[in-house]
Amino acid sequence: MTDFPWLIPLFPLVAFAINGAFGPRYLKKATGVIGSAGILGAFAATVALWIGGVHSDTPDFTLYRWVSSGSFSIDIGFVLDPLTVVMLLVVTGVSFLVHVYSIGYMAHDESFARFFTWLPLFVFAMIMLVLSNNFLSLYVFWELVGVCSYLLIGFWHQRKSAADAAVKAFLVNRIGDFGFAIGIILIFWNFGSLNYGDVFASVSDKSPDLMLLIALLLFIGAVGKSAQFPLHIWLPDAMEGPTPVSALIHAATMVTAGVYMVARMRPIFEVSNEALLVVGGIGAFTALFAASIGLAQTDIKRVLAYSTVSQLGLMFLALGAGAYTVAIFHLATHAFFKALLFLGSGSVIHAMQNQQEMSEYGGLWRRMKWTYFTFLLGGLALSGVFPLAGFWSKDELLASAFFKGVASDGSWAFTVFWIMGLLASLLTAVYTFRMIILTFHGKPRNAELHSHSHESPISMVAPLVVLAAGAVALGGAVGFPPEHGFIHDYLYKVPGVFHFAGAGEITAVISLAIISTAVAAFGIVAAYAVYSRRQPSPEAVAALSPRVYGLLYRKYYVDEIVNYGIVGVTKGIGLILWAIDAKIVDGIVNLIGWTVRATSSLTRRVQTGQVQNYLFLIAAGAVVSVGAFVIFR
Amino acid sequence: MAELSIIIWAPLIGAVLVLLTRSRSSATAVAMVASLVTLAATVAVIAGFDRDAFGYQLVEAHDWLPAIGVQYKVGIDGISVLMVLLTALLTPIVIATSWLTINKRVKEYMAAMLVLETGMLGVFLALDLVLFYVFWELVLIPMYLIIGVWGGPNRVYSTVKFFLFTFIGSVLMLVAILAIYFNTQTFDVQVLPDRALAESLQGWVFVAFFLAFAIKVPMFPFHTWLPDAHVEAPTGGSVILAGVLLKMGGYGFIRYVLPLTPNAVDDARIWMMALSVIAIIYGALVAMMQRDLKKLIAYSSVSHMGFVTLGIFSQEQVGVDGAIIQMFSHGLVTGALFLCVGIIYERTHTRMFSDLGGMARTMPVYAVVLAFFSLASLGLPMLSGFAGEFMVLVAAFGWQYWSGVLALTGVVLAAAYMLWMYQRVMLGQVKNVAFLRLPDMNRIEVMALAPVAALVVFVGVSPGTFVDFITKSTARIPFIY
Repeated sequence: MTDFPWLIPLFPLVAFAINGAFGPRYLKKATGVIGSAGILGAFAATVALWIGGVHSDTPDFTLYRWVSSGSFSIDIGFVLDPLTVVMLLVVTGVSFLVHVYSIGYMAHDESFARFFTWLPLFVFAMIMLVLSNNFLSLYVFWELVGVCSYLLIGFWHQRKSAADAAVKAFLVNRIGDFGFAIGIILIFWNFGSLNYGDVFASVSDKSPDLMLLIALLLFIGAVGKSAQFPLHIWLPDAMEGPTPVSALIHAATMVTAGVYMVARMRPIFEVSNEALLVVGGIGAFTALFAASIGLAQTDIKRVLAYSTVSQLGLMFLALGAGAYTVAIFHLATHAFFKALLFLGSGSVIHAMQNQQEMSEYGGLWRRMKWTYFTFLLGGLALSGVFPLAGFWSKDELLASAFFKGVASDGSWAFTVFWIMGLLASLLTAVYTFRMIILTFHGKPRNAELHSHSHESPISMVAPLVVLAAGAVALGGAVGFPPEHGFIHDYLYKVPGVFHFAGAGEITAVISLAIISTAVAAFGIVAAYAVYSRRQPSPEAVAALSPRVYGLLYRKYYVDEIVNYGIVGVTKGIGLILWAIDAKIVDGIVNLIGWTVRATSSLTRRVQTGQVQNYLFLIAAGAVVSVGAFVIFR
Repeated sequence: MAELSIIIWAPLIGAVLVLLTRSRSSATAVAMVASLVTLAATVAVIAGFDRDAFGYQLVEAHDWLPAIGVQYKVGIDGISVLMVLLTALLTPIVIATSWLTINKRVKEYMAAMLVLETGMLGVFLALDLVLFYVFWELVLIPMYLIIGVWGGPNRVYSTVKFFLFTFIGSVLMLVAILAIYFNTQTFDVQVLPDRALAESLQGWVFVAFFLAFAIKVPMFPFHTWLPDAHVEAPTGGSVILAGVLLKMGGYGFIRYVLPLTPNAVDDARIWMMALSVIAIIYGALVAMMQRDLKKLIAYSSVSHMGFVTLGIFSQEQVGVDGAIIQMFSHGLVTGALFLCVGIIYERTHTRMFSDLGGMARTMPVYAVVLAFFSLASLGLPMLSGFAGEFMVLVAAFGWQYWSGVLALTGVVLAAAYMLWMYQRVMLGQVKNVAFLRLPDMNRIEVMALAPVAALVVFVGVSPGTFVDFITKSTARIPFIY
């Protein structure tokens, strides 16, 4: 397969082309099968690549020369190494399940074919992003997944909120890409190449300040794509898209591209402790910040969206701590359990006639047992309960921060980050079980909707079961024993991997595991007490400090600050410039025109028509200037 | 062989024949055939184009005014080849779509369009300064008529403004051409770069050429004729104006200003770069606040053409190559966008955002087409807009970081104004119930835009294929390091 890696993106691309060209008119419902088949082909090709064997020294595969102009010469190519393979397995695997699920979920949508045109295009772009072996094609597909996200968030485009959310997602990402692009161009001018291999090989020759600058610029791109503070604001709004899109793009794959990017760029980040500190700090802050907002949201998908922001923050915390395999490990397990939770929420939304407010739910578990049990497993995995997938990856992730904090070359700041991560885990357990209790337990709060609710069709339930199996077993299967599981050994083949300090101290590892499990258990119990036993009741908790509750409910007013601050000010400048353009720049032109017209009223009497006037001016001008030239030269 | 002469003169012959026709459809048919002859000859020339050659190809020279050494001399190289293709491709598209929209004086309109094509092709292919000047002025007249006769309600103000602006620029250029002749004793573009212009003269020649080309591009602050001209011009006029005419300015800078006045360019560089950056940001911010769809696209042209001049004056080959790719791409994309504006205007008779909205439901094919060209315009990778802009940005950073960073904000703003434009026109609910029954794009409109879309993808996926045509010719430009 290392000779034919282009087969992997080709399958989804063909599915996109077929569905796009013939979908709306001829294929209609068949587009769902074609799309799913395309993704299955990509998954099979990825498995073939994995089994065929990929090593750290597998040479890059060059596809074609993108451009060559002066010293600027770029080839589009693929990097084939274990990191690529892990990412591809996650991307194609989850994508396939989401495609199958969507056949049922989107069955009654009039734009079914359009959905199955954009979704395979997204998978194509995501595969290419992961396969890229240079910064330019990384950027190209980075933006292309962004535009697919735009098209799918705005899928129901007649809803103003959906159109607004789509535009917002693209614009916020462009701000992130602004930094990313500067970083890439600086790399070109300082390294003379945009190829990963060339760049990584000469990182050590460059000044640390330059590398810090480049690392931070690249990280701005990751902050946008992976929805980290303060560019996280687009992701919750992105929930306007169909739920399978939320599961695939806005939980499992695209938003993890930032994590992948930083992991891939390790040689650049590694040379600068300051850069790693920023990555870890932003990650830890976002993890806690978003989890706290998740506590107060009432829309089931928004809870999951803030949860995703928070979990991505934890991945960045691990990256900052230098535990790159752990970040990718958590990326993989998170892809499964979060896709599961989103698709489960989709199943509920489907049953409740598109109602997303949890205040209208309640007591649903009897009516949709498959959805309930798989959702519960996903929730347990997200909370990090032993021995589900999330436990293994999250536990290692927090341990990596802890060890970075106490290590001799580490920083005390990581101890703070570790505590923030622990608090985020506590809040994660609380909001997760708040969501589960409000949705599935208690009495139905809307009898009308409840009476019509039903379990979803097999094409939707089957992917839930497969994902639930992953959410349960994947962590232990690939991540046990800690630090020496399959995924660790496999990813350690990538050069430049940092093995975190103190991992060998078994007592420390076990104590940390016990601490984080206790935290999760406490969170679950707290959610049970408040939302199920109502001792104290949620209202009483909110009343403890209405101000804090308001702050959480309004998401710390970040959206308002951005709207009035950045967008408002930019539009204001635009208005002022427009006025300047009309009154001053063009005003001067009109003034000149008026003056000329006033003075030329004499010559106009001599000349009767425009064309003659014109010829006269040419001739006069030429004669005068030739004369001037002859005289003055 | 006289391929290039066929390319240049076929439209003019067609224009004469068009005037002899009696009906609207036969005028269109004759015009179509004439422009297709040029397109076919262009494709043949490109097929035979030697991408590894440094100099001009298919050069054809005849004495014209031997007393002062004026020749009829034409030739093609990498700097002109994409501009010729752009002209030859857009003209038949405009003729086809104008058949649907022009109702009065069709014969004259088609003839004007063909004369315009001859003028534009002559500008790009002329290898004699006098011949170049004649073609340059020839372009002015049909364009003046197209806006003035077939334009909107305020057409007289706009067309006079367009005429005066560009005319003032070109008169000074004639002075500069004569000065060059007295200094070097030749009008021959092929030999001029080898006869160094006296340094004392370079500054004056630069100023004169700069004014002519900067007005055409248009560079800030010489741009105010453009929005007015676009708003009043008929769709076909706008397509050619944005698609080809503006490129004459960028082409002039690369063909004449860079090689003939290198020292003056070096002195003026910082001003040129600053004006380009201002155009990029200023054009984008003003575009963002427009309420008229056509004006928004017009101001976006100011911003996008800012990238062209930024690349040209960046002192880097990748910048000049990028500028040419950006011109080619902007011609395709903005030409297509003006056609899209025309399509919706023909149906709704409005271009104001306050009247539009929700059209995606009524016109699903149009929704995809407009989205495609909007995304290309905002520089989406894998479509043509990205390649040129990225190359120019690389070059700007290579000159001085600040110019690249500031220019990059234009890319962010482009996403803002294009996506808001798309949202206000296409998304949400339809504001006027009468719009619910409007027909989607018809077959002619789809077929007219299909080749443009294909090229947009081609340039985006493999810009190298096009840069390979350019890069040997731009390598000859003396950059002062």
